[in-house]
Amino acid sequence: MSSAKITFQPAANRPYRLPPPLSGARHTAVWFSLGLLCLVSASFISLDLQWSAFFSAQAVGGMGRFIGEFYPPDLSPAFTSKLLYASIETLAMSALGTLLAAIAGLALALPASRMHTSDAAWLRTPTRLLLNALRSIPELVWAALLLISAGLGPFAGTLALACHTSGVLGRLYAEAIENAPPGPAYALRTQGLGGARVFLYATLPQILPQIISYTLYRWENNIRAAAVLGVVGAGGLGQLLAFHMGLFQMAKTASILGAMVLLVVLVDALSYGLRRMMTR
Amino acid sequence: MEVELTQIDARHLAARAGDSAALALDRLSIASGEQVAVIGPSGAGKTTLLELIASALQPRRGKVELDGQNPWQMRSKMLQRLRGRLFLAPQTPPLPPRQRVVTAVLAGALPSMSLFASLRSLFYPIDIPGAHAALEAFDLAEKLFERVDRLSGGERQRVGLARALLTPASLWLIDEPLSSLDPNRAQQALSTLTANASQRGTTLIVTLHQVDAALANFPRIIGLRDGQMAFDLPVAEVTPERLRALYAQHEDELATALTRGIPMPEEPAAHGKHASVVTIQCR
Amino acid sequence: MVGSLILLWPLLVATEFRPLQLFDAQSREPTLRFLATMVPPAIHSDFLQLVIRESWRTVAIATAGIALALLVALPATLVSVRVLSVSALSGRMSPAAFLLRQGVRWVLILLRSVPELIWALVFVRVVGLGPTAGVLAIALTYGGMLGKVYAEILESGDPTVAQTLLRNGSSRLQAFFYGVLPQNAAELTSYTVYRWECAIRSSVVLGFVGAGGLGQQLDSSMKMFAGGEVSTLLLVFILLVGIADFVSSWLRRQLG
Repeated sequence: MSSAKITFQPAANRPYRLPPPLSGARHTAVWFSLGLLCLVSASFISLDLQWSAFFSAQAVGGMGRFIGEFYPPDLSPAFTSKLLYASIETLAMSALGTLLAAIAGLALALPASRMHTSDAAWLRTPTRLLLNALRSIPELVWAALLLISAGLGPFAGTLALACHTSGVLGRLYAEAIENAPPGPAYALRTQGLGGARVFLYATLPQILPQIISYTLYRWENNIRAAAVLGVVGAGGLGQLLAFHMGLFQMAKTASILGAMVLLVVLVDALSYGLRRMMTR
Repeated sequence: MEVELTQIDARHLAARAGDSAALALDRLSIASGEQVAVIGPSGAGKTTLLELIASALQPRRGKVELDGQNPWQMRSKMLQRLRGRLFLAPQTPPLPPRQRVVTAVLAGALPSMSLFASLRSLFYPIDIPGAHAALEAFDLAEKLFERVDRLSGGERQRVGLARALLTPASLWLIDEPLSSLDPNRAQQALSTLTANASQRGTTLIVTLHQVDAALANFPRIIGLRDGQMAFDLPVAEVTPERLRALYAQHEDELATALTRGIPMPEEPAAHGKHASVVTIQCR
Repeated sequence: MVGSLILLWPLLVATEFRPLQLFDAQSREPTLRFLATMVPPAIHSDFLQLVIRESWRTVAIATAGIALALLVALPATLVSVRVLSVSALSGRMSPAAFLLRQGVRWVLILLRSVPELIWALVFVRVVGLGPTAGVLAIALTYGGMLGKVYAEILESGDPTVAQTLLRNGSSRLQAFFYGVLPQNAAELTSYTVYRWECAIRSSVVLGFVGAGGLGQQLDSSMKMFAGGEVSTLLLVFILLVGIADFVSSWLRRQLG
């Protein structure tokens, strides 16, 4: 169907073209999309991905067999109790790692923030660099590095979580400190109180709720991270997974995977429920 | 398009079970190319009637027929094609913010565009002259490239109406087109709609709050009250008595409806306010 | 104080928390040796070329992974969003459509509940070492995440815009492009860019299980106790994450 005619006499000069700023913006958008497309195609081309290996009949058969071996999962009492212990270990790693990170993060956040306008804060830049470095190295890389001094096991994983998370939390805490309303701190400072007491009595009470909510949020993240950290040998469910998968014990692998997914889903559901309760 | 409703009982989705039916019609038939105004106090079921005809609402009982076809017995693909042949303009046209007026108006022509054409039109509008002419008909041509969220309520409403001129539809269902327009603009909008509808042979059904505007522009008037049809008459037979009965207990609506519409002559002092106004309108 | 110690005790036991272990002779010596080899960072040109190539591969794995994730997420979103349901226009959604929607939602939940590292481990088994496993792992996990969040963003907008278009006979895709996308385009893009930044971090980690890129290089350098290479790789990695962070926040500012 064609659009019908309209009964009105057109005016003399009619703008039948997009005005330049508008079409300019649209051209920019198109160039930008083309650039993105180039980046994506360059990525695919340079990676020499083995789709043939993945989609060939042989690979599909191999995949089928691989998935078939997962069934039935090993649910023997001996192994389930081992799984349970590994899950508890995972939870303990995440909890202790987050706790250590909260302490270290707070200790680093103090020098990393400008407490008041006349504060020289000469440590601010170097501390922030340190926080960024801690933060940009993922937990798993930390774990691999720490294996050298802490040895295989959950201790390395706990430290790794603590290192990465203290970078994340330190930065968040520092921002909270700098954004806190300056009034109460100013009042105490004019009375001649020192920095430590001003922080404890004026700034900390204001930002405490924020600090707690950041920390809980990171804990939730860390449970997920702790589950996989063990893949490099740093304890928890991941270590169990790497071990049994390495031995091609697929039945055991399947139950570990199940336990991991269960743990992640449980934590998600719990935090979703808690958040809904708090907003209500 | 021809519209035929028989023994309809329809209830709006939000309504609870046990409420009285929002709309119960024994029979309503509108011939192809006819122009009809639907009037009645608020809550009479005017919008429900439009949604029912637009196959946006399924009746609980009874039969809707558009050009002899029952939309609710169609496969969903055919139903969607049928929906392309009718145009329902809601009272406040929902327009996405940041969209340009051209694009918003051209969205009316979507059913007749291929997917590729509609995507191309997002980048560079394919029918700028068409959109311009449609806007000009509603005195809005200078807003062609404006952003939708920078328009006033009345301007947005006219953008929604301008869409109608670009649709491939042969049935226009327009809900309260004048609710945020001033009297001059209101008359202009109505004449544009009726003139274009009769030129294309499009069936036009408009719900109106402004009784005088309805009487002045439409040859056939349907009065709805409490979900029932009060009357369905040629405009000449719509007497002040019928109007008063239609708006009984809602006289304030009749009054505001009349005064907000087209400017009218002085009312004779001897008569009661409502009656006099109606007399003038029904001359 | 005593109470908190009692609470802490099981945690300390479960995680085999023995800080002194860090300083006993047995672990002190290799640690110090390793730390000593970390300075100066390795900067001979062969190695630098390798690092540059691997950095590009890391970015490429993330980009290709996100592109495939979009292929998973966009159709899933279009199917599962209620706003674009033609059958929901006139009241209840039809049962078949409802089941399809719920099915898609469950698949998305499953995809994102398995961490990308685990997907990578599985795919390394199937397709062998190399970037393919990494790209697939990112595609699946991020496809699940993007699909869920896209659906949430689209549902939060004004549904009547798309509804009006659908009621007037537009197709679902037309209603999406004319009614839904203009409201949410900025938010969708900004979330995608943010996830691309996250994918770059992930793709480094995926290298540790053999999925290519900087991570794989870091893993092998570490196994050889080549401290200089490790420190170069770490610095490059911090730089890369910093750049991705900067680019992504710049892009999101442009959109906002």
